[in-house]
Amino acid sequence: MHPEIIVIGAGTVGAAIAYGLARRQCRVLVLDGDDRDHRAARANFGLVWLQGKGQNMPAYQQLSRRSVDMWSDFAAELTDLAKLDLHYEQNGGLAFCLGEDAFEKRRSDLQRLHNQLGGAEADWRMLDRAELTRLLPKVRLGPDVAGASFGQRDGHANPLQLLAALHAGILRLGGDLRRNVAVRQIVPGEAGFTVAFGNETVCAPRVLIAAGLGSQALAQQVGLEIPLRPQRGQILVTERVEPFLPLPTSGLRQTREGTVMIGATHEETGFDSSATAVAAADLSRRTLRIVPGLAEAKLVRQWAGLRIMTPDGCPVYAQSQTHPGAFAALCHSGVTLAALHSTVLADAILAGQLPDTLDIFHQGRFDVPKAA
Amino acid sequence: MFRKLHEPVETVTIYVEGRPVAAEPGESVAAVLLRQAVVWSRPTPVKGSKRAPYCMIGVCFDCLAQVDGIGSVQTCMTPVEEGMKVERQQRQRCLPS
Repeated sequence: MHPEIIVIGAGTVGAAIAYGLARRQCRVLVLDGDDRDHRAARANFGLVWLQGKGQNMPAYQQLSRRSVDMWSDFAAELTDLAKLDLHYEQNGGLAFCLGEDAFEKRRSDLQRLHNQLGGAEADWRMLDRAELTRLLPKVRLGPDVAGASFGQRDGHANPLQLLAALHAGILRLGGDLRRNVAVRQIVPGEAGFTVAFGNETVCAPRVLIAAGLGSQALAQQVGLEIPLRPQRGQILVTERVEPFLPLPTSGLRQTREGTVMIGATHEETGFDSSATAVAAADLSRRTLRIVPGLAEAKLVRQWAGLRIMTPDGCPVYAQSQTHPGAFAALCHSGVTLAALHSTVLADAILAGQLPDTLDIFHQGRFDVPKAA
Repeated sequence: MFRKLHEPVETVTIYVEGRPVAAEPGESVAAVLLRQAVVWSRPTPVKGSKRAPYCMIGVCFDCLAQVDGIGSVQTCMTPVEEGMKVERQQRQRCLPS
């Protein structure tokens, strides 16, 4: 196979774009890393989320909105092709507020973001405790819960099913996916990019780097300087209990099978991906302030994953200026943005040019000279 | 299915789904469940397939049952006590509301 494009990274980001490329009859080769590589896609919480995103960059809210609006069609098509249920639901989502101050702060944060975006009708509202109680009849809320923000476009999905479906979709559409092939080197040349892994090399006119935290070193080889850092997030998982939480919330969701997922921490601990007792205690304490009844549920799992963070937390989409044909796509919201990645971004990479609407996500925004 | 190899010198009484059952002090609730005519302890939460005590060392979690009102107790790790009430657990547990 002579691929038209090599996608480095088969996590949710790389796989979604590769799936989109394969759907457009592009011959795609996807190279997945080693088992021991950091794999954010396998530690994900599973929100398909909009509310509150982009407080420092409204364009990120608009980007997420585009993707969230496409998610339903994306999920239907992928499910049909891969014969895997993504457990996707989009009935709205909640962010609980503990205390009146937190409730007012949430309101003003969302209002400020809304004002920055201008115009459009709000797709969120604040629910006071009484409204929240009516919405969640099977939840006995803790006394500190003042209310919640409700985002009508929010939803959730099973992130592992999503990843498996994307991989299956790529293969079904004739793409090639190789595992355990961590890429060592990308050599730009006359005929395109030569990508080296193990004892092999493969050449293609285009290459996309979507290798999560492993991307920085690879991107440098094609003239892209992308600052990245890991941010640890830990998640707790309970045994399966009877459905009681009909909507996902920012730190608590119940899966279709009854499992309750509790998340997540935001820790600047470098590449240490251990799960800690301190995080388990903090997450449990906060969750029991919201739903005291969960004290009865048994914890069955805890894990940690490393988010792929850019300096401003927003995605990076870029094509190398020195080596056209080399692209990079990096973000920590691979699930929410999967629908957009598989369409808008796949189209742009095929066209050989990122659209103006994505200009703001170029990593050039971090090249602010350190002022003397 | 199983039976004890010796006659216990002393016994306590526990209640399995309301029925009094003799047990030997120091043995686990799971060991008692394995001697019952209906040997399974719980259906799995999603597919509902039946599970009985298996590993007996706290690893497999197949022996979960409700003990004295508390759900999902690992019965193989729980020694019998006089008057203990053991119920088979149905599918997904309900949280107290």
